[in-house]
Amino acid sequence: MTAESLLTLSQVTKRFPGCIANDHVDLDVKAGEIHALLGENGAGKSTLMKIVYGVLKPDEGEIFWQGKPVQIESPAAARRLGIGMVFQHFSLFDSLTVAENIALGLDSNPPLNRLAEEIRTIASRYSLAIDPDRHVHSLSVGERQRVEIVRCLLQDPKLLIMDEPTSVLTPQEADGLFETLRELVAEGCSVLYISHKLEEIRALCHRATILRGGKVVGFADPKASTARELAALMIGSEVGASRRGAAGNAGEPVLEITGLSFPGDQPFGIDLHDLSLTVRAGEIVGVAGVAGNGQAEFLDVLNGEALCLTADAIRINGVGVGWTGPRQRRMLGMGFVPEERLGQGAVPEMSLSENALLSSYQQKGMVSGGMISLGKAISFARDIIRTYAVRARGDMAEARSLSGGNLQKFIMGREIMQDPKLLIVAAPTWGVDAGAATAIRQALIDLRGRGAAILVISQDLDELFEITDRIAVIHHGRLSSARPTSETTIEEIGLLMGGADAAAETADVA
Amino acid sequence: MLLKLEPRGERSKVMIYATPFIAIALTLFFGAGLFALMGHAPQTALYTFFIKPVSDVYGMSELLVKATPLILCAVGLAIGFRANVWNIGAEGQLIAGAIAGGGMALLFHDSQGLWLLPLMIVTGIAGGMAWAAIPAFLKTRFNANEILTSLMLTYVATLLLSYLVNGPYRDPDGFNFPESRIFHDAATLPILFEGSRVSISAIIALFVVLAAWMLLSRSLIGFQIRVIGMTPSAGSFAGFSAKGIIWFTLLVSGGLAGLAGISEVAGPIGQLLPVISPGYGFTAIIVAFLGRLHPVGILFAGLLMALSYIGGEAVQIDMGMPLAVTGVFQGMLLFFLLSADVLIRYRIRRVAARPVTVKARAE
Amino acid sequence: MIDTTAAILLSMIAAATPLVFAATGELVTEKSGVLNLGVEGMMLLGAVSGFATTVATGSPVLGVVAGALAGIGMSLLFAFLTLTMLANQVASGLALTLFGVGLSALIGQDFVGTPMDALPKLAIPVISDLPLIGPVLFGHDPLVYLSVALVGAVYWFLNHSRGGLVLRAVGENHHAAHAIGYHVIGIRYLAVMFGGAMSGIGGAYLSLAYTPMWIENMTAGRGWIALALVVFATWKPGWVLIGAYLFGGVTIAQLHIQGLGVDIPSQFLSMLPYLATILVLVMISRDSLRIRLNAPACIGKVFHPDS
Repeated sequence: MTAESLLTLSQVTKRFPGCIANDHVDLDVKAGEIHALLGENGAGKSTLMKIVYGVLKPDEGEIFWQGKPVQIESPAAARRLGIGMVFQHFSLFDSLTVAENIALGLDSNPPLNRLAEEIRTIASRYSLAIDPDRHVHSLSVGERQRVEIVRCLLQDPKLLIMDEPTSVLTPQEADGLFETLRELVAEGCSVLYISHKLEEIRALCHRATILRGGKVVGFADPKASTARELAALMIGSEVGASRRGAAGNAGEPVLEITGLSFPGDQPFGIDLHDLSLTVRAGEIVGVAGVAGNGQAEFLDVLNGEALCLTADAIRINGVGVGWTGPRQRRMLGMGFVPEERLGQGAVPEMSLSENALLSSYQQKGMVSGGMISLGKAISFARDIIRTYAVRARGDMAEARSLSGGNLQKFIMGREIMQDPKLLIVAAPTWGVDAGAATAIRQALIDLRGRGAAILVISQDLDELFEITDRIAVIHHGRLSSARPTSETTIEEIGLLMGGADAAAETADVA
Repeated sequence: MLLKLEPRGERSKVMIYATPFIAIALTLFFGAGLFALMGHAPQTALYTFFIKPVSDVYGMSELLVKATPLILCAVGLAIGFRANVWNIGAEGQLIAGAIAGGGMALLFHDSQGLWLLPLMIVTGIAGGMAWAAIPAFLKTRFNANEILTSLMLTYVATLLLSYLVNGPYRDPDGFNFPESRIFHDAATLPILFEGSRVSISAIIALFVVLAAWMLLSRSLIGFQIRVIGMTPSAGSFAGFSAKGIIWFTLLVSGGLAGLAGISEVAGPIGQLLPVISPGYGFTAIIVAFLGRLHPVGILFAGLLMALSYIGGEAVQIDMGMPLAVTGVFQGMLLFFLLSADVLIRYRIRRVAARPVTVKARAE
Repeated sequence: MIDTTAAILLSMIAAATPLVFAATGELVTEKSGVLNLGVEGMMLLGAVSGFATTVATGSPVLGVVAGALAGIGMSLLFAFLTLTMLANQVASGLALTLFGVGLSALIGQDFVGTPMDALPKLAIPVISDLPLIGPVLFGHDPLVYLSVALVGAVYWFLNHSRGGLVLRAVGENHHAAHAIGYHVIGIRYLAVMFGGAMSGIGGAYLSLAYTPMWIENMTAGRGWIALALVVFATWKPGWVLIGAYLFGGVTIAQLHIQGLGVDIPSQFLSMLPYLATILVLVMISRDSLRIRLNAPACIGKVFHPDS
């Protein structure tokens, strides 16, 4: 333990029912450094950070702050020590203003107009443009993150914890964030940076601690290590890339979207403007975009949960389906994997058999005369579990007892095993561990090989570049034209995601 | 030591069946306390309340009489509750059924036709459905909260019945008492056992329980009800119509409450009175929860709640206690059940008061 | 004529006051993210406790305090069920009402028919005797003024105080509030208890001032109307006051029409407040976007920190 250690964790352990989230973890963050906490989904990074921030209490172990043992009883206690945290899922309140949101995170209670002044000062000093009087629901995801950062900075933190901060940013926004973080560190603040993205850790961080299965499995100097070395430490084995297979010649159009407009029906929703896209048999088309740019509305309209203004705005195999619901669209060969797997794609408290039934009873003939044949549902669920190596207690296990990756494999399996001609997938591997992610991507590529048309809507650019044949970008309810993935770059897509030159791009096409 | 609730990975199958019994035991325990507080010997009071009323054949038959409307209403409510459709106006729908069906008996009071009773039952069911259709329409069309609308309509139905028996439905030979004619035999449900008041509506209730059981567990619409009730967005993903389910569940529960209403006035009561139900429609809410929103569970819960009515009357007659004791018992039972239910999804764990074990600082 | 107008306005305000108390209390509860459907039960217990205490002690002040305490006691039962034992809020609220109906009848059995004087009216010399303005503005019992002050206080609390900001935050997003370090359950306990106290006072007002006596089930659905008022007001305290006076107006109007001997059966007139509630609910709810913008986002949802 050296003198300049700011935060030291020693043998910290946290148990949850059925798993050890942190198993005797050691961590040492020095003053004035950006320290990476690296690990894949489910490695225990978020739990550890919640312990540091006082949201959770460790079962065992000690925490030292500037060399002295401390107990961090609450987030307020953490803030008093000088610890600030920017959450992965922002702890913001949609119906309140930026200033009110920030006031809630402060322990002092300044009048709102004086606070607004302070916000403007801090924001301009670190080039974090935000307006204190706006309501949070009107902000983009990137702006919301800035609110969280400003909230932390107002407390003059000595340590700033950032949990997966770039997962919601365009590449350009991420670069801006890195600049802000470097400025902070230059002023003597430390940053604990949690991520599973190797490239940005190599670009930004001074040291890295690597977590796997709740345990510390190594330390690294990220600037001196290759991404491959870091990945090997993080995953524990060589990274399996999915076998891409030759992109076959795309066939007939299966999904045709023409001039699709849709007025948002949710509070704080986004309107869709004049979307057009064609997905052909045997190709995977990706839609990139920062969360909250109309993806939720687009998915609702695609699945038929919300109806279009005209029947021909969406056609499946030539049939206009804009006015029909999900069940009729499935009869035309559509499969659908929604964004939220527990609570949309699956009913948490129902068994896997009943969840298998949820979207497959028509194709699989499980209902006759209004009555369900449970036997067929059970055997279908067992087929899915076997084919996709779903780790579950059996077909009677409740969906909520499965891990995120296993449930996603089950849902993918349920849709794919109905032999869809068209599969629409949202965030196929979000929050899924590396092994399951590879399996899921492979399943998509194999399905394409069998001639299905696939539309993937995802925020994960790396994933889209790995599996898609063409890629389009959704920004503020508008969709760019789809371009061949091999002829574009992450930078170009990133610019479109930021809406930088949407106008120029449309002009190009015209 | 502190107690802490810890989520279970899956719901406990044991607790689903055990918690009603835990709740009943707690109710008996605190009920004994309540009796003692009121200055009665708990043992005698509990005996008078729970055992004595059903210790003879007539008592048992009265149990069936009271349980029938409770079960009919509760089965319907449970189907709605499963879908998160909170119809709490079964009392009003029961009254509407009685008004509609009983109206037929009065309209054709000089007819002896065999068709009259079926007509009364059908119009009774239709009356309950019509009353429940109002909240269904307001909910699906205007998004108005069905809890409040169905309840407000209960007050309206009560007043409507009061108007009718004071006006158009009043017995012309009844010396201006607010009562209708007494229904004649062709307009009265056949009695099941000689000397009792149990009518064939008890058999109908049994049939309803079985049908509802099949509906919920094996039919597609039952599956849709359960999916929409547990996870509305999953129902929407699968393409199930939430509005359709609101209509279906409200019409079924309204129809069953209407059936209960006509069964009461064409059965044990035999005429229309200003008050035709001691709150069956409200007590049915407790019955539905106590029965785990499962038709078979409701069958047993209905019998138990019927006992609380008869027991309440017994302690009133034998020991001079107020009838309100029944309501307190019913409320207590529901409280204990709801709190015991936490054990289905969570387990109680004892944790150290200070959860952080700080070891001596390592040198 | 002036006297009649004054009398009508006076009775309208009196009829509205229990609703103002109960609905304002429930508004605060709902703003914290908790839906307590047990208002009717809490009001009944407040009514019977207030009445019994006043009869026993002769002090209406103690009666009002007892009403508030009874409401708090009931609300604590509800809070324990829903916040500690994580029970369904809709079911628990219904249970609270059913329990309140039974318990209040049990407690009140000996008080049915007991006569009592109404709460004394404020009487300021000269001013209270002014025509129309005098009685309408200065001729009420103290609770009426308290109820108006309450609305103002709750408005200020919710919109201009730190505590109100925290309360709204908890109702808007309980997980975020927990993550920042607020004690979600503790704050909700307080909000539920405030709702209970106000329902209790609203009930006590019924049995002490509006109709100074105890009858079983004397709230006659006012607890439910208070719940509807919160929706009508789209969770804004000022609108609760307006809504309550509108309902008071409907109630009094139908009583006066009955008194005038108009040839409409009294039952139909008695239906008016309930039908008006439905009508108002429909008119407000049809703008579902407005409801969703104003309703606390977490209302009715169970909070457990680990899930």
